[in-house]
Amino acid sequence: MATIKIKNRLAKDKAMLWTVCLFAALTAVPLFAILGEVLLRGYDQLSWSFFTEPTPTAYKAMKAIEAGEPIPGGIANGIIGTLIMLGMAAVFAIPTGILCGAFLAENPKSRFAQVVSYLTDLLQGTPSVIIGIVTYIWVVVPMKGYSAIAGSVALFVMMLPLIIRSTEETLKILPASLKEAGLALGGNRARVMLKVQLPAAFGGIFTGVLLAISRVIGETAPLMFTALGCSFIRFAIDKPISAVPLLIWEFFNDPNLQELIWGASLFLLLFVLTLNLTAKYLAKKWNQ
Amino acid sequence: MNDKIYKVVLFAAALIMPIVCGGVVYALVTDAYEAFEHFGFFEFLTSSEWSYTDGAEQYGALPFITGTLMTTLLALVFCIPFSLPVALFVGEYFKDTMAASVLSTVTDLLAGIPSIIYGLWGFYTLRPLIMVLNISPQGSGILTASLVLAIMIVPYAASLSAEFIKMVPNDLKEGAYSLGATRAEVIRKVVFPVAGSGVFSSYVLAIGRALGETMTVTMLIGNTNNIPDSITSTGNSMASIIANQFGEASDLRFSSLIAIGLVLFFITAFINMIGKMMIKRARIS
Repeated sequence: MATIKIKNRLAKDKAMLWTVCLFAALTAVPLFAILGEVLLRGYDQLSWSFFTEPTPTAYKAMKAIEAGEPIPGGIANGIIGTLIMLGMAAVFAIPTGILCGAFLAENPKSRFAQVVSYLTDLLQGTPSVIIGIVTYIWVVVPMKGYSAIAGSVALFVMMLPLIIRSTEETLKILPASLKEAGLALGGNRARVMLKVQLPAAFGGIFTGVLLAISRVIGETAPLMFTALGCSFIRFAIDKPISAVPLLIWEFFNDPNLQELIWGASLFLLLFVLTLNLTAKYLAKKWNQ
Repeated sequence: MNDKIYKVVLFAAALIMPIVCGGVVYALVTDAYEAFEHFGFFEFLTSSEWSYTDGAEQYGALPFITGTLMTTLLALVFCIPFSLPVALFVGEYFKDTMAASVLSTVTDLLAGIPSIIYGLWGFYTLRPLIMVLNISPQGSGILTASLVLAIMIVPYAASLSAEFIKMVPNDLKEGAYSLGATRAEVIRKVVFPVAGSGVFSSYVLAIGRALGETMTVTMLIGNTNNIPDSITSTGNSMASIIANQFGEASDLRFSSLIAIGLVLFFITAFINMIGKMMIKRARIS
């Protein structure tokens, strides 16, 4: 009787282990399914001209399809737009985020810092589509038009909390003796922050910035109402501009351009995942 | 002197957060005001009419609130059977092994995939599958959107849950083992009771993620402005109606969409706040 009971318990234990392993393994399936589909359908579209030419018009694409030729053109307008908006957003978000994160790490107990910390969480949890409509109200309405500026404001707002958090967390785990040693040598607090703490925290902050970039680079919803999109290569920052995720959305909605979806998605996916893996690798390396 | 400048500079940088967050709320409230004033706050939230024929414009948020709640809850239901095993795998069974680090890299990568690509995959792979299986004739709908949403929130729920499961003190588990408990029993009787509140809070935060997810839902939910009557029917979520109609909206419809955005903003803020509070409490205990 007793042995049956024990056998039962052991069987349950084993069943639990196998269920956990099975379902954990199943979680990996979507990753490979998505990677596989995008790779298989997109790899033959990637060519030099895909990265150097702008999107074709629907008419040109239709002609090419009718003639049985591959659709001409590529996603250069999107790549350039993404780079411009991301660059502008990063130039403002990185210094502001680092300073704000330093403030949170330096004043952990102040009431104001607690409010700022709470608001950082709030902003980080805000759905990106809301950032999009708010930026529309902030920037597009007063400027009376969609623009790269508006798009980069939306990306700035999305990057900010991520950079603040990673800076704060990295600074907080630095040994206190590091800062104390700097102060004891006669450095003032600004000098110690700039010459001792921030360099020591560089790895963590850099990883945070990479992750922030990889997070916002694929964002579509906030750009739909701010950057709008544009079918040719453009460098003006006060005019509508395209971005890679915006192009994917455009291709998705335009039956004539649908063939281009997979190449653009493959490019975006590889870019984002590489950034992610690099960030993870660097984080591990700097932690050791 | 230098210290003073330093403090002022940091303080000035920190001011950006109240300014941005205040600006978000201010912009949403002022532009949503017209809709709330025109329809009344509670009428707007409980009306299920969404029609923009000239002269008889009628906007209510109920179909989209329902759509958001349905997709989110269903996604949560689909997510648990996968995220919990992942958390146990990483945080208990194979803690600090190569296998755990491989699996957490996989979930990290899942978290990194842009939502528009999830949408594409759902549209071109999952939707035909649902049609073939005869679950719904059009393929898109609440169910399809929830399934993909579930995959998207698994990484968030799993990685945070694993963190709490990892923190369960070894002497508690060893005590149970020494009394003859099997590993499954230790997990049920020791790990879950101790890590439970932390694990629960990670699901609250996962809900916060799912509520505002836009592109995936927009591409898969079917985009109809009715209250979905079953999980296979089409609908719209609060985020997807904004994504769909914001570009072409003006006046009262514009204001109504902003009002939906305001409601969504407060719901996600509320859920995230609860989640963060629970995490803080779980970390302290």
